[in-house]
Amino acid sequence: MAAIAIPIDVAPRELTPAQRALRRLARRRGAMVGLVIVVFFVLLALLAPWIAPYDPLAASWSAVRKAPSWQHWFGTDEIGRDVLARVIWGARASLLAGVVSVAISLSIGVPVGLAAGYLGGWVDMLISRMTDAMLACPFLILAIALAAFLGPSLTNAMIAIGIAATPIFIRLTRAQVLAVKVEDYVEAARAVGNSHLRIALRHIFPNVVATLIVQATLAIAAAVIAEASLSFLGLGQQPPAPSWGSMLNTAKNFVENAPWMAVWPGLSIFFLVLSFNLLGDGLRDALDPRHG
Amino acid sequence: MFNYLLKRLAAIVPTLFFVSILIFGLQQLLPGDPAVALAGEDNDPNVIAYLRGKFHLDEPLPVRYWYWLDGVFHGDLGESVRIHKPVTELILEKLPVTIELAVLAMLIALVIGISAGVASAVLKDTKWDYAANIFALWGLSTPNFWLGILLILLFAVKLGWLPASGYVSPFEDLKANLAAMIMPAFVLGNAIAAVLMRHTRSAMLQVLSSDYVRTARAKGLAERVVILRHALRNAMVPIVTLGALQLGELLGGAVLTEQVFSIPGFGKLIVDAVFNRDYSVVQGVVLFTATAYITLNLLADLAYFVVNPRMRG
Repeated sequence: MAAIAIPIDVAPRELTPAQRALRRLARRRGAMVGLVIVVFFVLLALLAPWIAPYDPLAASWSAVRKAPSWQHWFGTDEIGRDVLARVIWGARASLLAGVVSVAISLSIGVPVGLAAGYLGGWVDMLISRMTDAMLACPFLILAIALAAFLGPSLTNAMIAIGIAATPIFIRLTRAQVLAVKVEDYVEAARAVGNSHLRIALRHIFPNVVATLIVQATLAIAAAVIAEASLSFLGLGQQPPAPSWGSMLNTAKNFVENAPWMAVWPGLSIFFLVLSFNLLGDGLRDALDPRHG
Repeated sequence: MFNYLLKRLAAIVPTLFFVSILIFGLQQLLPGDPAVALAGEDNDPNVIAYLRGKFHLDEPLPVRYWYWLDGVFHGDLGESVRIHKPVTELILEKLPVTIELAVLAMLIALVIGISAGVASAVLKDTKWDYAANIFALWGLSTPNFWLGILLILLFAVKLGWLPASGYVSPFEDLKANLAAMIMPAFVLGNAIAAVLMRHTRSAMLQVLSSDYVRTARAKGLAERVVILRHALRNAMVPIVTLGALQLGELLGGAVLTEQVFSIPGFGKLIVDAVFNRDYSVVQGVVLFTATAYITLNLLADLAYFVVNPRMRG
């Protein structure tokens, strides 16, 4: 029986801007590679208790500084702990620090930047000068100083990194708001009598979100490096809890006899940061057609 | 020019005021009695009493801030509770080492970043362009302390070509100084080279598609002359300004680099101060860094103003 094609007049479904951006993102190979690596590390962090081959804190004096083998794929450290187990558990500290610090920056930076850009006048002047002052202190030096005064711990390191990264979000949000608030639809919202809060949240904020997502993704990469740096200096995750930065701090003393102690945590930081950078670049291209 | 300078200087005053509040505010983050915290681990009652008097800790906060600011204006950033030396003296002692490291790192970053950026723009969409972009991603994603450890492993431990750590003054032995500084300078310059490469590439791409470059080519000038004399010279203005803005990155990176290579500079000073709970030194270093950053940005702005005729017009 011959099949008869019946022409059906169906209009193609209109894609929302978010769907179009996702499609553009999916076409970018770099961004997809970044996303896969990020998902890999997230799974590693979540499944650490089940997939780590050993207890990351268990020392073994009979296995001190053993080179990689079938028993210990990434070798062991200076007190016989399994490096692979510590690298897997270390993903938790790095991802947690990346996400929590950026969440802190966003939760302070976005409302403050929104207020500065929308209200203008002396509020804007005051916030802008304070932002300039924070930006004048180099990011890592400010984070070190804050972590030093707050006391060394992963929580304080996250707070320090979050605060040190806040001015970037204030400045970015402010700049976006200044560009959006003169648009016709904002004028129209004002003309029909919407409150300032409603205009800021309903009409301006949604148009700033895309830029913030891109910056937040790139900021996670910077925060992961910053946490590793603070832990490397002894101001982040405290021993014996595993963290890639503190593992490197110990590894630098054994680089001659046990180079594997430095290779794996370093490679992990590199790949995690690279993946967020690739994803951030891809998101920028996908969300902002000017970069396409 | 004079009006522009005045305007820029006027904008700096409130920024410096807020920087001072921020840095003074750091002290307020200390849990418990600041005098006890500032005295460090010894808890010597004499030191605590001295600090309480010195920082006017019994006075209200604004009064304390005023005393602190007055000291800063007179070049008094406090005294190290560990080394018992004025903080200003300590900073000035360590600064030349970090300046040397920073200058070498910036030179390396400029050479690598600009040449890779130019090559990437001129050879757009070729394998060289992809290689340069991969280099930039590598530079941006590599923690410099890890790169330092890997270079020590290769050049000091395996090949034995360079010393693993330490510092020799250039006035004592220039060759030994350069041998000790080349690895740290490369490590520090690496990330900045990546940033410069990306900006050089985009500035060059913009310039290469402009009318005057097309005219230069139409006149029959050699491609090398078009790229170096016409395109790069115009693309350099934003690149140099951006280079100055990388100073913060350079100083932050120096802290880690000096730690890896045991270089007795400014960065090591702040790390040692953190572990000795020598908070006056930490505050002093942050204040000094911020002031240096603001000043160098001002100089970069002025340089931009001088070399860019459109801004003067």
